[in-house]
Amino acid sequence: MNIVNFTPQSAFFGGIIIGLAVIIFFIGNGRLAGVSGIVNDTLVSKQNRTDNFLFIVGLVLGPIFYAFFTKINIPFLITSSLPIIISAGFLVGIGTKIGRGCTSGHGICGISLLSQEVVQVVMGFVVLVFCR
Amino acid sequence: MMSKIISFISGIIFGVGLSVSNMINPEKVLGFLDLFGQWDPSLIFVMMGAIIVSAPVFFLFRNKNKPLFADNFAIPTRKSIDKNLIIGSGTFGIGWGMVGFCPGPAISSLALLNTYSVFFVLSMLGGFLLTKLVDRIIIPTQ
Repeated sequence: MNIVNFTPQSAFFGGIIIGLAVIIFFIGNGRLAGVSGIVNDTLVSKQNRTDNFLFIVGLVLGPIFYAFFTKINIPFLITSSLPIIISAGFLVGIGTKIGRGCTSGHGICGISLLSQEVVQVVMGFVVLVFCR
Repeated sequence: MMSKIISFISGIIFGVGLSVSNMINPEKVLGFLDLFGQWDPSLIFVMMGAIIVSAPVFFLFRNKNKPLFADNFAIPTRKSIDKNLIIGSGTFGIGWGMVGFCPGPAISSLALLNTYSVFFVLSMLGGFLLTKLVDRIIIPTQ
């Protein structure tokens, strides 16, 4: 294993910004910012459709604002062929629909929510140890 | 009205985060998946940054009465791992690994006006609709 192109600072900082988006959406609207769910709901559900659509519009505007204000050219490269792109898109669509979540929903929100259980388990454990 | 503003702002901030971390870039994500080759661990740091911010807030707010601009918190109640979760995540994982795109970055990258992003997103929407269709015909509703 060789470690290459590793950018821990910008990755961590970008992650914090994504976390901010997640908590603003949660505290404001009470929902989890899982992108696959939001996109899917926009497509098939009337509930919160405008909210969901605006989230998607924002998601597309984000990189434009970022590039405009920082004057940074966002590195972007796709090397896959078109048939692979289309197959992958289908698999991602089918998989996130069946599994009800993608990287943002399961990876970020799911782990963050699960952490409550984890924290409770740890706190319970500590209390047990202290009581003994 | 406020919920719409919140949605819009959250979307923008999410897109900025994907840009800053460069997770919008499939090449960057593929680097993470290349664990035994030329490995780029950056994605772990993105996840850590996001979770460090969101986990405490979820913990503090989920048992509060209600969010600021909605009637209640909508959090999935399923706690156990079921068959759909395993099959779905596996299918998603294969697609993700093929190109390096998951839904958030794929949508966000439409901003960069790359034709391949458009094709990916359209196929993904096709996947959503296809699953809904199959779901309706074959699998009985839960």
